[in-house]
Amino acid sequence: MKKTLTAWVAAAITLTSAPAFADLVVPNLSYRTGAYAANGIPYADGFNDYFTLLNERDGGIGGEKVQSPECETAYNTEKGVECYESTKGTGALVYNPLSTGITYQLIPKMSADGITLYTPGYGRTSAANGKVFKWVFNFPANYWDGASVAIKYILDQEGGDIKGKTVALVYHNSAYGKEPIRTLEELAKKHGFTLKAIPVDHPGQEQKSQWLQIRREKPDYVLMWGWGVMNQVAIQEAVNIRYPMDHFIGVWWSGSENDVAPAGDKASGYKSLSFHGTGGAYPVYDDLKKYVVDTGKASGAGDQIGTMLYSRGMYAAMIISEAIRKAQEMTGKSDVNAAEVRDGFENLDLTEARLEELGLPNFAQPIKASCENHGGPGSAKVFQWDAAAKKWNEASDWISSDREVLDPLIAEDSAAYAKEAGIEESCK
Amino acid sequence: MFYREAGDFKSSYQEDSQTFPIKFDRLRYYGVLIVAFGIVPLFINDYWASAVAVPFLIYAIAAIGLNILVGYAGLVSLGTGGFMAVGAYSVYKLMTAFPDISIFVHVILAGVVTAAVGVLFGLPSLRIKGFYLAVATLAAQFFLVWLFNKVPWFYNYSASGQITAPERTVFSVFVTGAQTSATAKYMFCLVILTLVALVARNLTRGTVGRKWMAIRDMDIAAEIIGVNPLTTKLSAFAVSSFFIGIAGALFFSVYLGAAEVGEAFGIQKSFLILFMVIIGGLGSIFGSFAGAAFLVLLPVFLKNVLVGALGWPTDLAAHIELMIVGGLIVVFLIAEPHGLAQLWRVAKEKLRLWPFPY
Repeated sequence: MKKTLTAWVAAAITLTSAPAFADLVVPNLSYRTGAYAANGIPYADGFNDYFTLLNERDGGIGGEKVQSPECETAYNTEKGVECYESTKGTGALVYNPLSTGITYQLIPKMSADGITLYTPGYGRTSAANGKVFKWVFNFPANYWDGASVAIKYILDQEGGDIKGKTVALVYHNSAYGKEPIRTLEELAKKHGFTLKAIPVDHPGQEQKSQWLQIRREKPDYVLMWGWGVMNQVAIQEAVNIRYPMDHFIGVWWSGSENDVAPAGDKASGYKSLSFHGTGGAYPVYDDLKKYVVDTGKASGAGDQIGTMLYSRGMYAAMIISEAIRKAQEMTGKSDVNAAEVRDGFENLDLTEARLEELGLPNFAQPIKASCENHGGPGSAKVFQWDAAAKKWNEASDWISSDREVLDPLIAEDSAAYAKEAGIEESCK
Repeated sequence: MFYREAGDFKSSYQEDSQTFPIKFDRLRYYGVLIVAFGIVPLFINDYWASAVAVPFLIYAIAAIGLNILVGYAGLVSLGTGGFMAVGAYSVYKLMTAFPDISIFVHVILAGVVTAAVGVLFGLPSLRIKGFYLAVATLAAQFFLVWLFNKVPWFYNYSASGQITAPERTVFSVFVTGAQTSATAKYMFCLVILTLVALVARNLTRGTVGRKWMAIRDMDIAAEIIGVNPLTTKLSAFAVSSFFIGIAGALFFSVYLGAAEVGEAFGIQKSFLILFMVIIGGLGSIFGSFAGAAFLVLLPVFLKNVLVGALGWPTDLAAHIELMIVGGLIVVFLIAEPHGLAQLWRVAKEKLRLWPFPY
């Protein structure tokens, strides 16, 4: 029984390793099933569609077609390992697993294998320190930037003084949700507010007690580090206890259309951060419609185009393609390898003019990476949900994070990692 | 013809009481060992090690551990995930606190720590039985996960609550950390699994195992003939937790490399291992292997066939995979409630008579 099964598996795996791969492979470790699917689907669609657009419109990047083979992780680290191992042999250049747990696992593995790990807005915050994390990039912003931007926004709302106020943090009880706590504690000391951290366990379908606590303690602001079904439930619970929605601010992972829609009109006024623009008004969508949607090549059901997380998937794909382009420019050849793409990331210079060329004017902040700086500008905007119009409106301009607080924290955490993993800080 | 007792003469007590008294069984056992130790390591690559072999070996250890408790001693436990977490966190604390001591020792010590915790949570089994005990062990599951989330000392005060395995070697070959080769991972787990399986097999054949089975079959009768329920039940918990702790330690340090307790050692893990034991066959060491193989290999196999060979969309394949695995579990429980081990037993009975059945 066992032997025949092994034989079948062997047969199946030989079958799958057969297809030939294009020269540029960017695996898409996505999740379209499970408790996090509502957020995983738009992101994966945006990621795939942007590469499809490049292939259809420009014939790929520098004449080389891009493949983004999908692998389902279900936001599960074991499946993430399986996906990484099964795709890394195909000449994968960059990974973007969209899961902080999987990122933590892949950091040492990928550093040893020499493949770039790109984690825009998630993953290990201290990877912003390129001196320690050579193969990891997390620009344009990380969780600690997010925490700092949210507090700065609250300061702004309160006229610059939040002494004695209470800020609650409703967070996913995992590496992802715990990341901002240290920064928020520092910021609480600096600005004199009280922080109340309220954990929600995976998957977060049951949050009655957490919101009862919020109802009782009446914090002045509630921040949320949620993901997947937890977001929808939290917003619904906030509506149920009649918490003022404009005092409820989610990080960028807690602000998609799919998160606010279930709570209906009452969710109007909910705020969320984002490090890029959203909506289908950018010129790139004309091309996308012409080359991808109308030709029936759109990824998934094609119903997520222009949404917040679709834009974010597209953003990640855009940065990766620009890094590959940079690598091609630097080496003068089109079929770049993983190490060259890493150099492309490190020398990435994304200007406002270049964004306009790409059909994404004012979509994101310019990025200038360097060997030391893998973290980018670290600024974000606040968006507010308008349930009647079903769209996210900008509620602030770019807010930059508090480097004074963050830089020492990043240095401390990355030094701890360097010591643990025996890495010497280096930058030529 | 090949598989029979007849003609297989024993001339000493030692031969008579060996683990595999039938020659064919013995040869098969040696054959498996030769393939596992001598041939597989030569061909194993990263994919096979990380996706198939290492998880199979580790789940097999956990399944053997749980099988001792559920299958041999009849004490239903839903705390496996929590006990694996104890193994993982103790090996992490040991690895970071005593970096000079061999990882092998740490893994065994992690098992010892888990055994102690297991005995503690096994105390209610002296009073409660069946479903009620399952609920008591469920409490252990939730309590332990909560504890490792709540107390920062367990994860060395890291910002994210993640534990990451530092690099450690055995005979100057890396077995944990990023530089570990597929062969090293595989061999390390295989050696430990082999030791665990040998110990488990011999324990269950001897006095200890017979006491467990006596308690399982009828605890009052067992008590009357002189089996002490206190030591018997607690020893079952201790041995079972020891193995599960080892599995948890390996799961974190060798297989995943980094883990967070809620995700890696949640209630799903407890159910998964219980399913392995039930599908494999209660009260059978071979069943533990078969169950672990079934539940580790089948999803990977289905994924490769549906997505890789047939080119289905990943989400459809993932959903179909859940349905197929779930359906097969139901089919198995209806068609063969005693699990894969029973199929194997039936096959052996047939083999005894082959080629002349009466």
